[in-house]
Amino acid sequence: MTPVISLERISHTYAGPPPVTALHDVSLVVERGEYLAIVGPSGSGKSTLLNVIGLLDQVTIGRYLLDGVNVATLSDAERAAMRGGRIGFVFQAFHLLPYRSALENVMLAQLYRSAPRKARLAAARESLRKVGLQHRMEAMPTHLSGGERQRVAIARALANHPQLLLCDEPTGNLDSATAGTILDLLDELNNEGQTVLTITHDPLVADRAQRLVAIRDGRLTDEVGS
Amino acid sequence: MRLRRRPWLVDVEPSRLSVRDMAAEAAAGIAQRPGRSVLTTLGTVLGVGAFVAILGLTSTASGQISEQFNVLTATTVTVKTVDERGFGESRGEGPATGTEPVDSAFPPDSDARITRLNGVETAGTWRRVHFESDPVIAASPEVRPGSSTSLGGISPVFAASPGMLRAVEASVTRGTPYNGFHERRGERVAVLGATAAQHLGITRLDSRPAVFINQQAFTIVGIIGDTRQMPEMLAGVIIPRGTADRLYGPASVESSEEMLIRTRLGAAALIAGQAPTALRPEDPGLFTAVPPPDPRTLREKVNQDLTGLFLVLAAICLTIGTLGIANTTFVAVLERRAEIGLRRSLGARPRHIAAQFLAESTSLGLLGGMVGTCLAIATVVGVAVVQDWTAVLEPVAVLPAPLIGALTGLIAGLYPALRAARIEPQKALRQ
Repeated sequence: MTPVISLERISHTYAGPPPVTALHDVSLVVERGEYLAIVGPSGSGKSTLLNVIGLLDQVTIGRYLLDGVNVATLSDAERAAMRGGRIGFVFQAFHLLPYRSALENVMLAQLYRSAPRKARLAAARESLRKVGLQHRMEAMPTHLSGGERQRVAIARALANHPQLLLCDEPTGNLDSATAGTILDLLDELNNEGQTVLTITHDPLVADRAQRLVAIRDGRLTDEVGS
Repeated sequence: MRLRRRPWLVDVEPSRLSVRDMAAEAAAGIAQRPGRSVLTTLGTVLGVGAFVAILGLTSTASGQISEQFNVLTATTVTVKTVDERGFGESRGEGPATGTEPVDSAFPPDSDARITRLNGVETAGTWRRVHFESDPVIAASPEVRPGSSTSLGGISPVFAASPGMLRAVEASVTRGTPYNGFHERRGERVAVLGATAAQHLGITRLDSRPAVFINQQAFTIVGIIGDTRQMPEMLAGVIIPRGTADRLYGPASVESSEEMLIRTRLGAAALIAGQAPTALRPEDPGLFTAVPPPDPRTLREKVNQDLTGLFLVLAAICLTIGTLGIANTTFVAVLERRAEIGLRRSLGARPRHIAAQFLAESTSLGLLGGMVGTCLAIATVVGVAVVQDWTAVLEPVAVLPAPLIGALTGLIAGLYPALRAARIEPQKALRQ
């Protein structure tokens, strides 16, 4: 079975001036169904790694296979489609549209795929049910708690049944009790077979993962099995 | 290892955004800040509104001009003698008392010559009779000093052919108008205008009263109460043309003769061309016939005068409106950087982002254009109601007006949309 992510000796250099190399010779394989955490302090290159994995940035050297596809061979349009369809992003700041209901926010996930509105609605409902928000579908984000908002964001990330759930500090804006419930949800999704990759500086968040990878100065320093 | 020819392509369908979804997103974008959207469209509302209102008001106003240009003037042709060739000039000065027929520019049978033309209803000649000094007009031969009815320098005595009384549609309230018999024989009869009759104290005709002009008696055959044209006749004494010729001499430089022709509707221009030849086939250049002005040229002139300036003002409003939309859209792009990043993470391509913001600004412009057009129509109709006019709105000007608003919105959105498309998602998402 092809791994979800396969990074083969990648480097990433920001053109500058002065040119800054944020990732040095990084290799990483994430298998299907894995729950992986990448931990590192700020400035360690973890944001760059997230951008590369999330197809928001391109590698300078090396090869990146997402779902078995060498992303360097893709056109911009295909890359955008892969980003939307195979990766589900979960952000620290949730990034919900403030004037749209929870359901409409989740429906946004399939806006740029040729899905008909009815199918989008059904997928969004199912997704919200999965994160336990079936009773809050019509609520506006301003009327949702922080935890509920992140659940909506996770529902949005799941709507396209992505190969990879890519979480960037998913609990950074939440208190520890709420953070626990969100991490429980991620555990639960992983138990159902969802591949989860979390990037964080918080050891508590990292501890939930099956596998832990530390990043420092643009290099993956150690890999700790759990 | 075999070189793979991107076999996954079947799987990776490029992102796309249907027009319907784009419109829905644009509508949602506008609706989420209704107050701001309303303010943003204000400039376009004013610009498009001014544009439509100006065109509407000018067409309405010129519509009224063609309304005033009614049947009466549309059927009137005036024939004048060319001044420098006036016959009277060559014949010496002074009131001629001779009875022998003398040449006038208008032949004696002018009325008949013109009435014969197809399209003429009635025609007649008239002139003010010239006196050396102000004539004394009285109801009796014995004139007490100071009882003159002189109207100053203008002679109140009109020499008019019988056809003239019909041409001005004089309504005879007492007695009858004089006719061709009086005209041919130069009978000393007169028709009084209502005002003159009142002034002279003549109210009844059954006692066969007379009016005395410089002690010469004229039998009053009728009194006219009203005319549709030349109301000055109401204050005068009107005598047959033949009588005037016999007693005071024919038309001269001091009392030039004119002809008034009443035509059937639409025949005025034709008759104006034919009348000089009909009057004097041997010398038609003696006359100039003045047809009624063409309503179309009149309207165009008014349009040009008014529209030019106001359209410039409307263009200025539109420019301000465009800048307003551009400004708001630009601010919205900066405010919604995170949203742009999110949409990119959901598979949107830069062109989808640009299209969305363009659709929003275009919709704002279209909205403003529609509101402006509605307000302008209301204004034009309102003005028309107040002025008791008929509102005239050209569909050619009104129907595309909202599209002008949409166009300004589209232009306004170009730069912000480009900026939005260039926003890098990874930076926008880290906010």
